[in-house]
Amino acid sequence: MIKFDQVNKRYPGGYQALKNVSFEIAEGEMVFLTGHSGAGKSTLLKLIAAIERPNLGSVLVNHQNVGVLKSRALPFLRRNLGIIFQDHKLLFDRNVFDNVMLPLQICGFDYRESHKRVRAALDKVGLLKREKSNPIALSGGEQQRLCIARAIVNRPSILLADEPTGNLDTEYAQEIMAIFKSFHQVGVTLLISTHDESVLQNTNARVLALKQGELQA
Amino acid sequence: MRHAFDQNVGVLRRMFASKLAGIFNILVIGIALSLPAGMYVLLQNAQGLVAQFSGTPQISLFMSMDAKAEDVDRLRKQLEQQPAIASVEFVSRAQALEQLKQSSGLADVIGSLSQNPLPDAFIVHPKPGGAQALEGLRTELAKLPGVEKAQLDSAWAYKLEALLKFGRVLVLILASLLSLALVAITFNTIRLQILTQREEIEVSKLIGATNAFIRRPFLYFGAIQGLLGGIMAWLIISISLLLLNHQLVALVQLYASQFELLSLSLGDSLTLLLFSMYLGWLGAWLSVARHLSRIEPR
Repeated sequence: MIKFDQVNKRYPGGYQALKNVSFEIAEGEMVFLTGHSGAGKSTLLKLIAAIERPNLGSVLVNHQNVGVLKSRALPFLRRNLGIIFQDHKLLFDRNVFDNVMLPLQICGFDYRESHKRVRAALDKVGLLKREKSNPIALSGGEQQRLCIARAIVNRPSILLADEPTGNLDTEYAQEIMAIFKSFHQVGVTLLISTHDESVLQNTNARVLALKQGELQA
Repeated sequence: MRHAFDQNVGVLRRMFASKLAGIFNILVIGIALSLPAGMYVLLQNAQGLVAQFSGTPQISLFMSMDAKAEDVDRLRKQLEQQPAIASVEFVSRAQALEQLKQSSGLADVIGSLSQNPLPDAFIVHPKPGGAQALEGLRTELAKLPGVEKAQLDSAWAYKLEALLKFGRVLVLILASLLSLALVAITFNTIRLQILTQREEIEVSKLIGATNAFIRRPFLYFGAIQGLLGGIMAWLIISISLLLLNHQLVALVQLYASQFELLSLSLGDSLTLLLFSMYLGWLGAWLSVARHLSRIEPR
């Protein structure tokens, strides 16, 4: 599903974020990406969504080399991905419901169908009662769950999460991990980055450990 | 389709959220457009006036007061031989007096005259030709024996026509400049809109929005703003003409005449609205093309 082959990413200015990273994630697999901040976790995720491009090596998503995709083709790659951003990237000029609606609007979904899907996604993350609220009124954990709802409303086959439990207390973090596990059970491919090793304790998922841009064996 | 519409309505509602700024924009566009369009309306009216009076040009040949019947016959033969003349019409002194009595409402004054002050006259209808050919014919006819005075009736109309041509060029220049201003206004408004919606654009791109999807509401906004500006211009012109006509009616009544300024025709009105809509769209398109590509998610 996702394959990195000898991937190098160097930012302008010379900072080497990733060095010779190679790995493969099978369809339906749930994989954790660990490492200290600055280890290159976010960069790795950005390469998958083609937000950044590799300097060397290839990034394959669904057998498609996303490093060389034309910008015209990018939207259609991203519609297959659900991305949960570290900084949430919620829009505060509209309510919870409309935030989740956005991906469906972008794909041009049918009106009735999209309303159903938004409600289903909000229900999944336990925010159905807050659909009229402005995201600014939500707690950190709720904002994170809203971001998840927006990422899954489109029913993507791949879910990327960048520090989804970043600044949440353990209880919230466990709630969110439980949501991810339920996606894993229905066959979604997940790649979750975290610097918090404690979330890995009661899971047998594969772990990719990054250290200063290099994948640890 | 319903959905796409819904989405655009949502975005447009957010864009039109700052009402006062929007109204001022529309007002500026309306005033900018109403200047050339208003001048155009006045020109159209003047042109209608010219057409009404000039019709086909004719030359009046007045004979001397002491002309005899044989002088008239001789002149008629000479005129009929002229190749540049289509037809000739003779108006005798008596006929002329009769016509004057009927048309001017001065019957009493004319009736009190002891003798007919009018000369015999020929009305010459020349074959179609330019202003210069007509003037040449007039000087030629003036030299014929027995002709006291040759008058080109539509001379003033030609002068007015030349003035109108000048006016049309002026309108064209003004229209071009102010159209440019309209495009610039929209360009700037859209630039600000893009900046304020930077976040939404970034997020949309991240979750798979195509450039066309992001561009669309801005183009709609530009077109709608242009259209509203056009409607504003139309209102400005219509109300101004209404006020002018009110005074004009009082004025022309003093001259026992009837004249009314016509407003924009249906076709002209539609052209005005479509053109302003197009200019708004163009300004938005230029702005979007320039500014949207710079917003890439990081």
